[in-house]
Amino acid sequence: MPRIPLGWLAEHVALPAGLTAEQLAADLVRVGLEEEAVHTSGVTGPVVVGQVVDLTPEPQRNGKTINWCHVDVGAHNDLDDAGEPTVPRGIVCGAHNFAAGDRVVVALPGAVLPGPFPISARKTYGHVSDGMICSARELGLGEDHEGIIVLERLGYGPDVTAPGTDALALLGLGEEVLEINVTPDRGYCFSMRGVAREYGHSTGATFTDPGLPTEADLADRPAGFAVEVDDERPVHGVPGADRFVAQVVRGVAADGPSPAWMQQRLTKAGMRPISLAVDVTNYVMLDLGQPMHAYDLATLAAPVVVRRAQPGERLTTLDGVDRALDPEDLLVTDSAGGRGARVLGIAGVMGGAETEVGPGTTDLLLEAAHFDSVSVARSSRRHRLSSEASKRFERGVDPRLARVAVARAAALLVEHGGGTVDEALTVVDTTTPPAPVAFDPTQPARLVGVPYTADEVRETLTAIGCEVDADGAAWTVHVPTWRPDLQTGVDLVEEVARLRGYDAIPSVVPPAPAGRGLTPRQRARRAVADALAAAGLVEVLSYPFVGQAQVDALGLPEDDPRRRAVRLVNPLADSEPLMRTDLLVTLLDTARRNVSRGTGDLGVFEVGLVTLPEAGAGVAPRLPGGVRPSDEDLAAIDAAVPPQPRHVAAAIAGHVEPAGWWGGGRRADHTDAIALARRVGEVVGVELVASADTARAPFHPGRCARLSTPSGAVVGHAGELHPHVVAALDLPARTVAFELDLDAVLAAAPAEPVEARPVSTFPVAKEDVALVVDASVPAADVLAAVRAGAAQSPAGDVLEDVHLFDVYTGDQVGEGRKSLAFALRLRAADRTLTADETAAVREAVVAEAHARVGAHLRA
Amino acid sequence: MTDDTPLSPLDADGVAAAVDAALADVAAAADLDALKAARLAHTGEHSALARANRAIGGLPGQDKAAAGKLVGQARGRLNAAIAARTVELEAERDARVLVEEAVDVTLPVDRHPSGARHPLTTLSERIADVFVAMGWEIAEGPELEAEWFNFDALNFGVDHPARQMQDTFFVAPQDPDVPADASGLVLRTHTSPVQARTLLERGVPVYIACPGKVFRTDALDATHTPVFHQVEGLAIDEGLTMAHLKGTLDHFARAMFGPDARTRLRPSFFPFTEPSAEMDLWFPQKKGGPGWIEWGGCGMVNPNVLRACGVDPERYSGFAFGMGIERTLMLRHGIADMRDMVEGDVRFSTQFRAVV
Repeated sequence: MPRIPLGWLAEHVALPAGLTAEQLAADLVRVGLEEEAVHTSGVTGPVVVGQVVDLTPEPQRNGKTINWCHVDVGAHNDLDDAGEPTVPRGIVCGAHNFAAGDRVVVALPGAVLPGPFPISARKTYGHVSDGMICSARELGLGEDHEGIIVLERLGYGPDVTAPGTDALALLGLGEEVLEINVTPDRGYCFSMRGVAREYGHSTGATFTDPGLPTEADLADRPAGFAVEVDDERPVHGVPGADRFVAQVVRGVAADGPSPAWMQQRLTKAGMRPISLAVDVTNYVMLDLGQPMHAYDLATLAAPVVVRRAQPGERLTTLDGVDRALDPEDLLVTDSAGGRGARVLGIAGVMGGAETEVGPGTTDLLLEAAHFDSVSVARSSRRHRLSSEASKRFERGVDPRLARVAVARAAALLVEHGGGTVDEALTVVDTTTPPAPVAFDPTQPARLVGVPYTADEVRETLTAIGCEVDADGAAWTVHVPTWRPDLQTGVDLVEEVARLRGYDAIPSVVPPAPAGRGLTPRQRARRAVADALAAAGLVEVLSYPFVGQAQVDALGLPEDDPRRRAVRLVNPLADSEPLMRTDLLVTLLDTARRNVSRGTGDLGVFEVGLVTLPEAGAGVAPRLPGGVRPSDEDLAAIDAAVPPQPRHVAAAIAGHVEPAGWWGGGRRADHTDAIALARRVGEVVGVELVASADTARAPFHPGRCARLSTPSGAVVGHAGELHPHVVAALDLPARTVAFELDLDAVLAAAPAEPVEARPVSTFPVAKEDVALVVDASVPAADVLAAVRAGAAQSPAGDVLEDVHLFDVYTGDQVGEGRKSLAFALRLRAADRTLTADETAAVREAVVAEAHARVGAHLRA
Repeated sequence: MTDDTPLSPLDADGVAAAVDAALADVAAAADLDALKAARLAHTGEHSALARANRAIGGLPGQDKAAAGKLVGQARGRLNAAIAARTVELEAERDARVLVEEAVDVTLPVDRHPSGARHPLTTLSERIADVFVAMGWEIAEGPELEAEWFNFDALNFGVDHPARQMQDTFFVAPQDPDVPADASGLVLRTHTSPVQARTLLERGVPVYIACPGKVFRTDALDATHTPVFHQVEGLAIDEGLTMAHLKGTLDHFARAMFGPDARTRLRPSFFPFTEPSAEMDLWFPQKKGGPGWIEWGGCGMVNPNVLRACGVDPERYSGFAFGMGIERTLMLRHGIADMRDMVEGDVRFSTQFRAVV
């Protein structure tokens, strides 16, 4: 994101003296430019200009030769007998690229260089070195570590380098740099020009627009280097280039260094100085926002042709990557080997190496063009290549800038590299003015809630560069060329609100229509989570990403529908490309992590979505925004989005009741899992029925309950995990778990309110019945028989409660048999039950149990 | 009274002596057992007073009344004394037993370890409650979403730079013959698609909040997580303005963080709102002292979004906002490492129980 050196910004807008980056950030954020960071040089303390008085090479035993120097640092010199600072400081220096008389940069004791690297007087090579003579790299000014900085070579004449001068100010090292975050609609703020304009909007400071064409920029010039725009395949019908300005500049020291101030500014703005030609184009881009390119004219063959790529074409871009070009890529080519035959670069993204400025380049062709933002964005994305140019073109570049930028760059080249600018100029221009916006001046007040007057609205729009044709209630607003984001009325509303200040917006709570509160399902889901937490389980959240290995660890059969999972194109981890189809796969992972971290007794649960793609599901149609799709299209979208039911799952390992001073604890077993699963049903009003399921991964085949709604819909499973799964996942032995399709459970919840039965105050009668059945008969079947039998007794349905209180196997009931003992609580609503009546209930229970499951009364 | 000579029911002195002896025994009874023995001895079948009482029946008629009065009063005094002593001794016994039954109540009592809700879900529920209290309703949508809902309906054009900034997880098509990038499905990058779904399903006016999970391709580290939670708000009605947006946010801030909380808007950009704003929260409970924190994005719903949902932007306007729930939780509770919230370590959730 753009970095704004304060001194550079000050060239276009009046900054108050002593403005800090912090204050600048506060001013800019009000108009929507957010602070990303404040960068400083990292250099503090006394860093001054020194003049080398003498220099004595001293060979060392390690083979190196050091220079013992005396350096005149003006007021920072050592004091003479009279107390005057006339005695040069002694400094040891390892570099050899300087001589007596040179002016250099000296970091005195107390200074701190980037690192941080504090400077102090120290004894070295037999001398006390009272400071350090600095290289560019040591000061964070660049990569050059070859030698120390000799100021004259950087263009600093003796007039500004008196010994003792503050070098921080001289080199701009004291200057703060504000890095800002520019939203995608504000492409023009990728330049000092744009940021200066916004600073003016925020503070009222006077802004001088450096991007407006001067008369010279508008004057006719003879035709220059031949350029043809030949776009056969515009994207969305928009030509790839509607402006191409090219200027020849001859006799320039193009490959020499750019002036020190320019290098400094580029470095602070985050770009590396390279050569005069490259630096000037980058400088103009950073300053005005117009990406530019400088070609070595000697290597070009006219005409330059802007066209789409042909299948099979390739280009090695400046970053050294050989790229296969796509027929949608817009290219800048020249005619070496035929018209448009040689690819010079991907337009607006990056150039190739062949026509770059190099050693010996003297004649340049400067390019400033306006490329279609969509075309550039697609090429940038396609080649995963984001450049300073593509960042700007994607967000929109002012199409009127090209001639201004070319003139500016040419002038800088001539000023710092000599040479002449050709009178001829290439101008390809098919741009059209931005479409005017029809605007209702009352819209800002209506949408923002601040009573802006028509004058205020007009004033604001004019300030941002609009021309307003005000005609009563129907205005026509001509938006500036640098604001391609201003297309409709609401865009202008935002400008009014933004410049008049968001702080001016009052705070008014809107009166919403009476609401209905949470839906029954939302309430039920809370009740489920609260009930599980109340039962001692801890709620966790796990990522829905899983891999084949995790699915395999659960032992799912090959044909298990849970193996059909949605796959991500770009997963975070290649080992986890799938979306979970049940919760246990990730919840058990979470359980394992807890166990491995030392939590041996563990109860966890999760409520979350699973994704269950349907075989043969189609793709979601791609439809445009801004128009309501047809009902058929919406149905097609819905059909493509896979079902994502909400599940609830839990896993319990180790003790549910710890051992303690009270005695032994109790380890979790399948009953805990089944009971909790059934409790989930209870809290939402659904009685879940358990039956044995001998083939449900990841459960133990003999200890797994299938849970169904009263109407028979299977909604989940509970029980002990399969020992193989427990071993594979490193879980404690006999870990238990359940998983329910919570949406399916909730679908079975009664829609109507519970109908209350009156509470009988007549006395209770208790009866115990022990029934002997085959060992294989499920207790649930016997219990159902008991209930049915009681309901059929002559006394009517007087069974208030039945409780299985004992299961007995052994000699008394015989091999292969078991006795189930039930305690019945009987009570009538309207009378005290007689002994005959309770006896009849008992008989009816035994008779029904006999009829259903072959039970007989235990002797 | 071991004397075999029956006490005459007319012998006032003898009766008085028997009563005195009995009262002395009752008073001397040191515990309930001794009292029971004294009671049996002095009021039992063979006691002098019982026998005297029985003897009244054999007296001449004119003596019966006097004898009855004499013996009756004597027995009355004795029974009252026994009853009184019983109360005393029972109280003594109860006091002693309660002392003897004392236990160490500071012994550990956590025989049933307590569970906990995850603070993120607890916070989501609290947020929902705030909006429900304002008359809003809670809406939901799928996490694996159609691109149209996640992007196009929200005015993110196919080539819009903002669409590239979302770090989207793309979903492969079920049909292997379809190109990998052509399923038209993504993991939703924000809760904003619920705006479009709600408008299409419910029409206007609408006031809804939607807490939910969202996904971005950020690797997990101390400050990033690929799966996180947002809450989305949407209000569309006639005459809604940015002032209503500000009012809603201020109310929400106060409801969540106390009467000193408030919000501040800064100009920003989102494709689905115009004007758009970043929202800062003045956060009185911020660790290290009150201050502004970035809380989310918001703005007036872009007319293109309304059109995509079949709502007439000439008649209706409204606002939308969204903020991260993890961020709020981290700042508020001094959580330094995102991983604590997402790794499912029970020691993290347990700290909160059900309180955020």
